[in-house]
Amino acid sequence: MIRIAQLSCGSEYSGVQGELEKAAEMVGAELVFPEVSLEDVRNVEERFGIKVASGDLNLAMARATRIVENPDLADAVFVATCFRCAEGAIVRSEIRKYIHENSRIPVLSYSFTERTTAETLLTRMEALVTTAKFKGLLARERQTGLTAGIDSGSTTTKAVVMRDNEVIGTGWVPTTEVIKSAEDAYNAALESAGVKKEEIQGLGTTGYGRHLVGKEFGAKLIQEEITVNSKGAVFLADAQRGEATVIDIGGMDNKAISVQDGIPGTFTMGGICAGASGRFLELTARRLGVEITELGKLAMKGDHQKVPMNSYCIVFGTQSLVNSLSAGSRPEDVAMAACHSVAEQVFEQQLQEVEVKEPVIMVGGTALIEGLPRAMEQLLGLKVMVPEYAQYIGCVGASLLVSGLVED
Amino acid sequence: MVKVMVYPPTSMILADLVERTGHEALVVSKEVRKKVNTPGLDSPPLNMTPEDPKKGLKYAAVDVPSGVRGRMSLLGPMIEEADAAIVIRGDDCTLGCTGCARTNELTRFLLKTKRIPLLELKYPEDEFQAKQFVHKIREFLEGLN
Repeated sequence: MIRIAQLSCGSEYSGVQGELEKAAEMVGAELVFPEVSLEDVRNVEERFGIKVASGDLNLAMARATRIVENPDLADAVFVATCFRCAEGAIVRSEIRKYIHENSRIPVLSYSFTERTTAETLLTRMEALVTTAKFKGLLARERQTGLTAGIDSGSTTTKAVVMRDNEVIGTGWVPTTEVIKSAEDAYNAALESAGVKKEEIQGLGTTGYGRHLVGKEFGAKLIQEEITVNSKGAVFLADAQRGEATVIDIGGMDNKAISVQDGIPGTFTMGGICAGASGRFLELTARRLGVEITELGKLAMKGDHQKVPMNSYCIVFGTQSLVNSLSAGSRPEDVAMAACHSVAEQVFEQQLQEVEVKEPVIMVGGTALIEGLPRAMEQLLGLKVMVPEYAQYIGCVGASLLVSGLVED
Repeated sequence: MVKVMVYPPTSMILADLVERTGHEALVVSKEVRKKVNTPGLDSPPLNMTPEDPKKGLKYAAVDVPSGVRGRMSLLGPMIEEADAAIVIRGDDCTLGCTGCARTNELTRFLLKTKRIPLLELKYPEDEFQAKQFVHKIREFLEGLN
């Protein structure tokens, strides 16, 4: 049983403690609360460096120091505070940094409301448990044999076939019916690789439809996106050793993952609104009358500063889009403003929650919209890498990891 | 006999002082007991559910963190019920029901603006101050009669 130390404030009084416990149980883990003395809480400033007005936050920090001093107390750490609590947000961020800097224990940071459910937390908890439980498998750097991966995403379904550390076939279709889309993408990948389904030694699935597709296709590995995307990203970017940051702006949610030697350390998964996701860029492309594949090239010719846009909400973002076009803005400026707006939200909401260390690798289909990595570079002041097969990152990660299970 | 809310609302010492003078002490443990004993609810250990922060909307707006609103669903009705209050400042270490500083600020504010007899005291730091502390509280409570 994986022990996840819960360092939190407010979960009980928000009525979501049961949901947190349920999510942990669903992924084969239990929540534990490291014991501390009243003196530890009172003297938290001496050991942690800060003391705040809320006692429960001081208790969370005291527990963090206890874990760092006794790493055997927990396999992973879940830091959670109420959404919209400034004091909680500061402490949550400092605890995450403290654990990250002083131990090798994976940390998940989360802010909840009373609407948080176990299902919302499931992927995050699964990734946390995988990171803690399968370090050996995650340390795998080479793909061997003939394996495949299917990424059943919210917008698109992707598949790859790999042989001896090389991608030899790919397939990509928009997601409609989950099984049918997976079948189409898989068949396309098999066809382009020139291999038969029966020859595949192991299949890994990921994405929202991973369980359904995995069961249907008899997958040897069914894994959430955070783990496989990290693995796929560092593999394709040739950054398997040392630090890296993986950014994946998806159709429905975004992931920011701080990676150490190919293994996720801290990560966030979110997206307050579709305005911060690939959906908004799709909508922009449609409104501008260009294919999504052309939006990035158009954006590269534009200047985001000429168009005020804040797509914090997709409805208001669309309003800005329509208003700016009506006011005579150039389509290329609008395209770049849309890319900048999405990048800005990910930068503000998610990249503040992980340690951004180079190389910064952008993956997923949206990474191919050139304006988006460019906007991210401008915001971070760092070079952003977009590896080959960036849109197939999940499948590549799944294919790579499943080859470890085939060998075993 | 009047209903006296004590702050910190978890203080058993203050509750005892109130009850010794024949008044009813409003303390959060009684509210928690009601929740724990509510049949049909299964959200241990406190039986707080996502409905509780919604009840707290009566005391704090929706953009106030859910933990504050959830705590206020326990403390708010006590404040409404109170005929008098004793507020102790400088309590050193508060956890659980009083573990959120924002909730504590709101509780103290609502008690102060309710215009009920209110005694505000600093937490005693030595024996002499402790004796004076008890004396002032007794005087206040007896005055309520």
